[in-house]
Amino acid sequence: MADFVSNFWNLYVIVLTLGSVLACAVFLYFLSRKKVKPGAVQTTGHTWDEDLAEYDNPLPRWWMYLFYITVFFALVYLALFPGLGNIQGVLGWSSTGQYDREVAKAKQTYDPIYQKFAALSVEDAAKDPAALAIGQRLFVNNCAQCHGTDAKGAKGFPNLADKDWSWGGDGLAIKTSILQGRMGMMPPMAAAVGTEAEVEAVANYVLSLSGSPHDAGKVALGQEKFAAACAACHSTEGTGNTAMGAPNLTDKVWIYGGSIATIKETIHNGRQGMMPAWQNILGEEKSHLVAAYVYSLSQK
Amino acid sequence: MLDSAGQAPGVEQTVLLYAPGKKIYARSTTGRFNSWRWVFVLITQALYYLTPWIDWNGRQAVLFDLEARRFYIFDLLLVPQDFIYLTALLLISALGLFLFTAVAGRLFCGFACPQTVYTEIFMQVERWIEGDRHVRMRRDQEVSLAGRLPRRALTLLAWSLIALWTGFTFAGYFTPIDTLGTGVLAGSLGFWQWFWMLFYAFFTLLQAGFMREQVCKYMCPYARFQSAMFDRDTLIVSYDAARGETRGKRSKHEDYKAAGKGDCIDCGVCVEVCPTGIDIRKGLQYECIGCGLCADGCNTIMTKMQYPQGLIRYTTLNALEGKVPEASIRKRFLRPRVLVYATILLVITTTVFTSLVLRSPLQVNVIRDRGALAREVEGQYIENVYRLQITNKSHELRRLVIRAQGIDGLAAVGDTRLTVDPSAYTTAIVDLRIPIAVAESMTPGSHKIQIQVESEDDPSLVITQKAAFFVPR
Repeated sequence: MADFVSNFWNLYVIVLTLGSVLACAVFLYFLSRKKVKPGAVQTTGHTWDEDLAEYDNPLPRWWMYLFYITVFFALVYLALFPGLGNIQGVLGWSSTGQYDREVAKAKQTYDPIYQKFAALSVEDAAKDPAALAIGQRLFVNNCAQCHGTDAKGAKGFPNLADKDWSWGGDGLAIKTSILQGRMGMMPPMAAAVGTEAEVEAVANYVLSLSGSPHDAGKVALGQEKFAAACAACHSTEGTGNTAMGAPNLTDKVWIYGGSIATIKETIHNGRQGMMPAWQNILGEEKSHLVAAYVYSLSQK
Repeated sequence: MLDSAGQAPGVEQTVLLYAPGKKIYARSTTGRFNSWRWVFVLITQALYYLTPWIDWNGRQAVLFDLEARRFYIFDLLLVPQDFIYLTALLLISALGLFLFTAVAGRLFCGFACPQTVYTEIFMQVERWIEGDRHVRMRRDQEVSLAGRLPRRALTLLAWSLIALWTGFTFAGYFTPIDTLGTGVLAGSLGFWQWFWMLFYAFFTLLQAGFMREQVCKYMCPYARFQSAMFDRDTLIVSYDAARGETRGKRSKHEDYKAAGKGDCIDCGVCVEVCPTGIDIRKGLQYECIGCGLCADGCNTIMTKMQYPQGLIRYTTLNALEGKVPEASIRKRFLRPRVLVYATILLVITTTVFTSLVLRSPLQVNVIRDRGALAREVEGQYIENVYRLQITNKSHELRRLVIRAQGIDGLAAVGDTRLTVDPSAYTTAIVDLRIPIAVAESMTPGSHKIQIQVESEDDPSLVITQKAAFFVPR
């Protein structure tokens, strides 16, 4: 405990603490006696409601012993545990030490369970109901804030319960996404595409890829511009590229929305998606179980 | 404390403010109140020691399973969400105490409080082994410590056995008592089971064997505030001073009335039998636990003297002062204070029992996803996500259907059909959706809806919970 800049405060705490404890004992000893007139009935000296007085009867002696016991307890406690400034106490107890011991104890209990599943592949772990139950609890506590309790996501947060994967949907890819996080980045592309009419055309072409309602007259121009500006990432067919997280545009799954206005907004402004890395928070073995749970969702 | 022996009056002297304990050697007595005390000892202890052993449909009838957070009382199954009933129980106990106290003084203290009941048991054991008051007093004065030790040790052993069994029984309310027994024999119990068993045993021994009246006098808050419930019509153990005074010794054939003496022969039996060591003839004192043993003791003497009984008796201040005839004490029970206590007690007890009987066997908590307000999904729907925590508070398996209403076209998808095991709880993740066309016709923001959880086997069992549906801009 090196919280004190100067040793003065350390001594200050020690002197004040020990002084208070000892003063209690001294006061207790001297104030437990008093001079009285024999025979007279002792009252507290205050009268209520004209005639109500309170007897000043002595407490039993064991009561006083309890006070001495607390003084003794305080001294023993201060000797055993940190309490006097920088002095650590005979037992060497610390809150971090206790935390570490409890974590170690918990690891002893839970590690065998995690290790059992870590030995399996993500795909095999996903077949075990116990693994899924643990995985779901971890998911609800850590992932549901963005992806939703049902893992179906929301605007900007991908649906994990379907078969569409921006970064790959096999066990290893999912686990990698969890451990290392992902940065999905689409730059603003309007300048590369061209005029506003050309942006509109590309948006209609993108809608046509999934067979969504679109203006068929603009598709030809859109396809031309798409090949020039978008195909590098989303591929010529628009099926995307899981190596860089470029979404598949030929299905009806939309991360940011599938209306013509939203798609135009995407082309104009670009998109930034960020999944944080969980390696340092969940660790390898828990991430493995989360991956198994997420994997299982798309297998239904 | 004021040891003034040998001091001239008026001269100040130094005294210790803490008095050494005075050992009370309570004398045994027989009579009506003593019999009632033992009846209550037997009832309360039979209830306490035997309850954990009752079997009910293959499990312990009364079991407070802290680890599983399930509390079984015969057919009743309580979960932590039912904690309000514990509050209600305490409320009923407190008001019951108020009522009894207003009517007949500290009945609870004298007859049902664990402290006095165990003290009574321990005192009786002490009497069996070491003899009655005078025998013990003489032995303590005349026999050396070594000579007294064997009997003392025997008493301590008997006390310890009772205390240990008491501690064991206490732990048996929280751990199935048959496994607890084998666990003790095998030494396989956990730390906290040992701790509570021995802790409870130790304090039973300490409080009933050694602390006794000190607990009532110095530690118990009830002892102090019960006097607030007293009035002049409260039945209390009292000494009839008008009849007893002037007290004094007399020969049996003397015409004591002519000599100006009252019925009290100043034999001191009332003080000797008192478990808190007070002299009831000084009037009502806070130490008095209302056990009535002094009345029993006095009546024995009155019988021997061939005087009428009841020099010390249960009576009221008003009756003692002649304001209310003895015969109509009972009529004074119906006074405002008693009626108010009784009414409040009746209302609360009825409310609690009604609510307990009508209590739903299902508890449903709806938690709306906070991270995502709403989303658009395939098929032109707006969806909100909800987590339902469903606790089954009954002993039957429940098959449930989840529905929602409040907006046209509102539909539930996800875990809408599920089963919950007896006394278990489960979580259902439910998506509620409305068509985009409907959403566009509504004002953006939060809309009130109801989520219903219905039993498939018993359509009358429907839990409706309020929730909110968010429509995005």
